[in-house]
Amino acid sequence: MMPLDATILSPSRLALRRLRRDPSALAAIAVLALVTLACLAAGLYARHVAHTDPFTSDVAAAITLHGQLTDIMQPNDNPLHLGLTPIGPTWSVQYLLGSDPQGRDVAARLLYGGRNSLLISASASLLCIAMAAVVGILAGYFGGFVDAALSRMMDIMWAIPVYLFAISLSIVTVAQDLHLGPITIASDNLILPIVIIAIVYVPYAARPIRGRVLSLRHAEFVTVARSLGVREARILLRDILPNVAPTLIVLAPLVMALAMLAESALSFLSIGVQAPAASWGTIINDGQGLIYTRPMVAIAPGLAIVVTVLALNVLGDSLRDALDAREGDR
Amino acid sequence: MPADLLPATQYDPAHRGGTLRLAADGPGGTIDPAINYQSEFAQLFTVTYDGLTTFRKARGRASDEAIADLAEALPEPLDGGLTYVFHLRRGIRFSDGREVRVADVVASMRRLFIVHSPTSGSFFGSIVGADACLRDSSHCTLPGVIGDEAAGTITFHLTHPDADFFDKLAFPHASILPADTPLHDLGNDAPPTTGPYRFVSYNPNSQLVMERNPFFHVWNAEAQPDGYADRIVYTFGVPDEAQVTAVENGQYDWGFDNIPLDRLGELGDRFTAQTHIEGLYAIYYITMNTRLAPFDNVLVRRAINYAVNRHAISILYGGTAISQPLCDMTPPGIAGHVGTCPYTKGADLDHPAPAWAAPDMERAKQLVEQSGTRGQHITLIISNRAAEQAMGAYLQSMLTELGYKTSLKAITNDIQFNYIQNTNNRVQIALTDWYADYAKPSDFIYDLFSCTSFHPGSDASINITGLCDPGIEALMDRAGVVSVTDRARGAQLWADAGRAIQALAPTAPLIQIDRVNVVSKRLGNFFTTDLYHLLFSQVWVR
Repeated sequence: MMPLDATILSPSRLALRRLRRDPSALAAIAVLALVTLACLAAGLYARHVAHTDPFTSDVAAAITLHGQLTDIMQPNDNPLHLGLTPIGPTWSVQYLLGSDPQGRDVAARLLYGGRNSLLISASASLLCIAMAAVVGILAGYFGGFVDAALSRMMDIMWAIPVYLFAISLSIVTVAQDLHLGPITIASDNLILPIVIIAIVYVPYAARPIRGRVLSLRHAEFVTVARSLGVREARILLRDILPNVAPTLIVLAPLVMALAMLAESALSFLSIGVQAPAASWGTIINDGQGLIYTRPMVAIAPGLAIVVTVLALNVLGDSLRDALDAREGDR
Repeated sequence: MPADLLPATQYDPAHRGGTLRLAADGPGGTIDPAINYQSEFAQLFTVTYDGLTTFRKARGRASDEAIADLAEALPEPLDGGLTYVFHLRRGIRFSDGREVRVADVVASMRRLFIVHSPTSGSFFGSIVGADACLRDSSHCTLPGVIGDEAAGTITFHLTHPDADFFDKLAFPHASILPADTPLHDLGNDAPPTTGPYRFVSYNPNSQLVMERNPFFHVWNAEAQPDGYADRIVYTFGVPDEAQVTAVENGQYDWGFDNIPLDRLGELGDRFTAQTHIEGLYAIYYITMNTRLAPFDNVLVRRAINYAVNRHAISILYGGTAISQPLCDMTPPGIAGHVGTCPYTKGADLDHPAPAWAAPDMERAKQLVEQSGTRGQHITLIISNRAAEQAMGAYLQSMLTELGYKTSLKAITNDIQFNYIQNTNNRVQIALTDWYADYAKPSDFIYDLFSCTSFHPGSDASINITGLCDPGIEALMDRAGVVSVTDRARGAQLWADAGRAIQALAPTAPLIQIDRVNVVSKRLGNFFTTDLYHLLFSQVWVR
């Protein structure tokens, strides 16, 4: 027997209540909020705390550290005097996490990079879910030829390894500006990685949506609406979509986590966010050559990705539990 | 010189044999010696082909001098420097067994015009009939090169004296090939050789293999000494980072590409005995297209020269131990080096500083404002090598600070140099390097800025800037003529030309560079020349 209050609360309120009582969900939301706020404060941090421009190369500069003038790029102390190494973490306001190979403050770039990583992954996730909803609902509701055509198209896309597909699309768009009739999209425009990542994950999100719609289209309320002569568009919008919404909500953070990983991978390969802009993937790329001498350059954005993706996955699981009508109130 | 380093004239047969294993990120392009203009393959050509002259196979400055190779001796100039009569050395055979004949020399000189050798105009444009060959290569007869098979002589008639003619003949483009060599780019099929090695196979996607030329014999050890290794195998597709690791581990003996910045410290610390710093006549510079906006405006070009932080570029190349800021296109050590710096903080064209001190960003921004080009879009073309990518990122940052919307386009190193030369690609600005073909000012000034080096629509247009200034052209011609009889006065005139070029600022010289070589533990007799770097025939692996 369901608890009494569960029969009184609306499904959304019930889900919210379950979520509020889930410590994992609360922890995930807190982490995501913290990361988002920190990234939003990137400008403040760079200007007023670190006093740096994280987009300008500054290899020949020096800072005052512990009362001493210190070069950002420090000559190596070897018999041949070969090479220079960027300054490591200072654990002070300037160059807190050290410098990248261009003499830029890693901490400031980490925050700016987080903005792009979050913006791209969130936008790609929303776009992907929207496209997947259209595909899944149309395929599931109309069935027949529409279902066969859309499902086979999804099968074909799904058959291509996701990263290979994303890399192929990215290389084409990064090589030169994209011209769509009168519209030109610059190769460094963030819209490109957003759209590319959204497209490659449509099959991932569309399948469960189609499955949900397949079960809904034979539901009583849909049959009644049809027999009453309600237009198909109205049925889709007023009856199907609200019932698919929980699936979309559950999918959103999971797709966002996947999108973040994809964005990082593309940027790491220099075909996502373009320099001098940053994302966590580009910063890992910057730190690749410094992995032995200045590992923090690669480790810091790597940790940021791990923490954020973990939080998104935990939130996705919690949302699924909270929205699952079969589960009782815990 | 350490006792274990032998000059080319003292061959030690005890070290003969084995396979020299080389690695590079990419192949060097066509294997046609008359066409290829990549230092990667020039190194190979110097141990496979010979010209009438060559640069002495010796260490250090001695290697700058052109000496007789397939010619018996360097001829005295006749007719006031307008005629040279070379006597071909007898008894030398190509790797297919045929004897080298006078007809081969004449045909080779004619062929370099027919196949559009990149230096056909800049190096050999002074040969009588060269202008007609340059205009219409399909009917090239080159009457200025006359062979006499019976006498064994080849006579060159020039339209004007050329003080550097022997140096130019020593460059691989003037290699002597069999007279029946096809009159087109040979691509992956190498013609027969005369040097100690011959090409066995070349696959640009994987590797190149060279073996001993069975018909080679030493005729002058300073010109073409015998090789130590029996085989040379060049593997392509090994990225620069991987090259360093592989050489450290003994999988390869040497890697062609520059050592990435992040690996230099490790080499200096742990592989000191295997690491060699080699002095070069080589520079990095920014080339600006004087025929495309915004660089068709001299104010913009000067602004770039003021804005660029040459110390930052030096850091990104690997530090001051292996690079120095540079203000003119002729590096120190070459006659005609200007030696003053008009584009640095506190200096101008009328009051140049003795050396580069610091960038002057304020002055640069003023010039950009005056030019009215602020906000325009610029695409900077770089190669995809690690050092160039780092420098490119800095330059993009600098151009953005100057007020331009700047894109950075990295092109694979195999094709970047040719890509930026072709006017069809409409390259506005590029980062590139220049290694001396010979150690004279004309190679840095005339070749890079003369009207004869500018060929619109061609991948072989070394005057990338498109500058063609009649005043500078006349000054360079005069410097070339005067140098025949008076090298010192000629050097002054070349310096004047260098200053005139500085004023028009078609390029922004950045740094003069040395090269860091890391070799395997087993590689002995480390032997480099100023112009062709590691001499593969003179290092041994056993």
